[in-house]
Amino acid sequence: MAETNINLAAGARSWRWQTAVLIGLVLLLAALPLLANMLGMPSLISLATRIVILAIAASSLNLALGYAGLISFGHAAWYGIGAYVVGILYRHFVSGEALLGLPIGSDQLLITLPAAMLITGLCSGLIGALALRTSGVQFIMITLAFAQMIFFFFVALKAYGGDDGLIIRRRNELPFVDLRENENFYWLSLLIAVVWILLLSRIVQSRFGAVLTGIRQSEPRMAALGIATYPYKLVAFILSGMGCGLAGALMANHARFVSPDMMHWTQSGEFMIMVILGGAGTLLGPAAGAAMLILLEMQLGAVTEHWQIILGPLLVLMILFWRGGLSGLWRQMMGTRHD
Amino acid sequence: MILLIEQILNGLQLGVTLFLLASGLTLIFGIMGVINLAHGSLYMVGAYAMAFVAMKTGSFALAFPAGVIAAGVVGIGVEYLVVRHLYARDHLDQVLATFGLILFFNQAIILVFGRQPVFVQIPESLSGSVQLLPGLKYSLYRLVMIGVGLASAVGLYWLITKTRLGMLIRAGASNRDMVRALGVKIGGLFTLVFGVGAMLAGLAGVMAGPILSVQVGMGEQVLILTFVVVVIGGVGSVRGAFLGALTVGMVDTMLRAFLPGMLREMMTGPSADAMSAGLSAMGVYVLMAIVLLVRPHGSAGAHG
Amino acid sequence: MTEIVLDVRDLTKSYGGLKASDHLSFQLTRGDIHAVIGPNGAGKTTFIGQVMGDVRPDHGSITFAGQSLNGLSTPQRVRLGLARTFQIPRLLKEQSVEDNIALAVQARQGHSFLFWSAVAQDRSLLDPASEIMRRSALSARAKVPVALLSHGEHKQLELALALALRPQLLLLDEPMAGMGPSESRAMVQILLGLKGQVSMLLVEHDMDAVFALADRISVLVYGRIIASGTPQEIRANAEVRAAYLGEEG
Repeated sequence: MAETNINLAAGARSWRWQTAVLIGLVLLLAALPLLANMLGMPSLISLATRIVILAIAASSLNLALGYAGLISFGHAAWYGIGAYVVGILYRHFVSGEALLGLPIGSDQLLITLPAAMLITGLCSGLIGALALRTSGVQFIMITLAFAQMIFFFFVALKAYGGDDGLIIRRRNELPFVDLRENENFYWLSLLIAVVWILLLSRIVQSRFGAVLTGIRQSEPRMAALGIATYPYKLVAFILSGMGCGLAGALMANHARFVSPDMMHWTQSGEFMIMVILGGAGTLLGPAAGAAMLILLEMQLGAVTEHWQIILGPLLVLMILFWRGGLSGLWRQMMGTRHD
Repeated sequence: MILLIEQILNGLQLGVTLFLLASGLTLIFGIMGVINLAHGSLYMVGAYAMAFVAMKTGSFALAFPAGVIAAGVVGIGVEYLVVRHLYARDHLDQVLATFGLILFFNQAIILVFGRQPVFVQIPESLSGSVQLLPGLKYSLYRLVMIGVGLASAVGLYWLITKTRLGMLIRAGASNRDMVRALGVKIGGLFTLVFGVGAMLAGLAGVMAGPILSVQVGMGEQVLILTFVVVVIGGVGSVRGAFLGALTVGMVDTMLRAFLPGMLREMMTGPSADAMSAGLSAMGVYVLMAIVLLVRPHGSAGAHG
Repeated sequence: MTEIVLDVRDLTKSYGGLKASDHLSFQLTRGDIHAVIGPNGAGKTTFIGQVMGDVRPDHGSITFAGQSLNGLSTPQRVRLGLARTFQIPRLLKEQSVEDNIALAVQARQGHSFLFWSAVAQDRSLLDPASEIMRRSALSARAKVPVALLSHGEHKQLELALALALRPQLLLLDEPMAGMGPSESRAMVQILLGLKGQVSMLLVEHDMDAVFALADRISVLVYGRIIASGTPQEIRANAEVRAAYLGEEG
């Protein structure tokens, strides 16, 4: 009993530590544009924006992959659809043409982001409802195949650029904030990322999250407890798809360009790598994994244009020998037990 | 009518190519429990090795076996170095490690052969066409492809149902411990099966080489189509892979052949062509969705 | 007035040529501990699987508390008041004992589409969970990850999870398997303490435990019940002795 209390106290202490470190980290990230400008490296801001947006996508995939154990190899589809919602709405805003008879073009971020999440939610709900009829290796293959189907759909969609994609001439507007300033767009993306990750952290600690964790560890056990797992898996799949849609919508604004390449199957693979690199089933691991993968690709890219010939084997070695990812390392440093 | 028969033959030809890939993929999964994304890379290796030897020697008699053997050797190397360590891991680790292999193989090919597609002529002795019916001439090479593919299917069926190795494969798919108890070195069996799967993939790549352009990324396109085949046919079932491959080959070919004409009748303008190209590419995935709705666990029984 | 809580009629299930259940009929009286014994491969686990809905029978009917179970999924059956333990423990190994039991309590309380409040501070889950841990002698291990528990503790937790569902009928698949003598005795005591509160179908190889616990015993051989009766009747039955008890000693 005494031992348990000591463990609990140590747990609480390290929890306070971690909270302090995290708040410090967010403040540091918020100060990054100022530092970048001081150092005369404004391109850092754009890089950081990319990382923050991909962190949203990776954290969202983590809900399905890391917590519920749903190995989706198709999340780039949701990322791409979110981006296309922004692109298509902007296109109609500029041209004034109706879409399916409705006058719904928009360049307002407060409309386009929720619209992107809504549409990706619907699409991932539809595909998820089908794909979740299977499990295991079939689920991996099916999510990959359906994402490829969506990829082909947008390649064929000549009305919106087909292969070439869509250019968004100006970022979406937000009242009182000029998003054309890169600093402002970075801060907005950071704010959205922090809010989204906090939201995910509530979800995984809730009753719903407890069910997801259970599903990953033993589906027969969940059935024996009287829990029909399908609806929970579907909701997790939809939520995680919506998060990727949100990330895609932000990326469309950041890059001011969308194309089917965003939903290429290798992008799905990269999202998975981010999650594993950082640590599946941990709160901040995937965000750290996103940063690590982007920086790694940049560093390797500076060495050789054939950097994938290094990244590939590196990935193999990491899977074979380095379990737990960055967050495993973090836990060792903070001296907390695995839970 | 002539056009239809021609397209049926084309569908058959795509079908046997997919079968060569799907049977290896599904055997490897059924027996070792490993999902191998790099299976498409072995297809690519086969095609490039064939193209390389054909360019250097001008001899297809050398180039074709070389491609198959190269894929087999690379496959066994991959099994020994990487895949062997993934048998006890979960599917996620297998997917990511073999994804890493794809990145490696694609870049390695780019380093050696460049990004430009390599074109290989159809061997002269097979370059003609055959008068199948009055008014129907069909490429001899494609006919040979279909023949080789079907012969491979028969050979595989014989191997699995009639030989001791096949007995072990079937037993291993349902119960690994039992095979171990029979005193078989399971590691050796696994390597052998992986090698056979790799050679089948290589054979598919070798045969497709002269009618497609040999290029980086060819493996992944066909891999994803192979996944559709395996999902439709049922994971682990070679018979299912055969039926699934022929179905996907037919459906894909028919849509590509006849959808543009149908769409052009319904709508005008250049967008019809682009749209039909996209829609016919989506067709097999819609087929997969329908199969999932009707039979979530695939259309054929396991281990046929 | 005795009530039949579980009524199985003519249950048939075959795998290829092997008959796991062969026109199996079985009645369990409410409040009883009814043991099912038989040699390995007699179809005991398949029988439990069919009652729980994991295995679909080829033929036959299963009625629980007057309601037909045919066509219902496992979760639906659990909601009606069935619960089981697994012969090979199926637990959430990364979670603590308390997490596992709290999840079972949560499952009993209804749907889990609640996204905001943290489970770890939810008294409506933790209080019942700690009560169950106390009764199952697991309180001292509350915060320990399940992966670190002993085999005997896994078996205890299996039972605790089933009890957390407050079932009317408990299906116990070899609860003593792999346990040492003292652990077995402790499990017998726990089950005796539950006697009368919950009906039990007990599949077990430990004959001491079976004869200590059971009100009735049915003997299952090759998918068929060859004898059914009180422990005294079964002990006296020559056919049973020949088929099963004699070999086991």
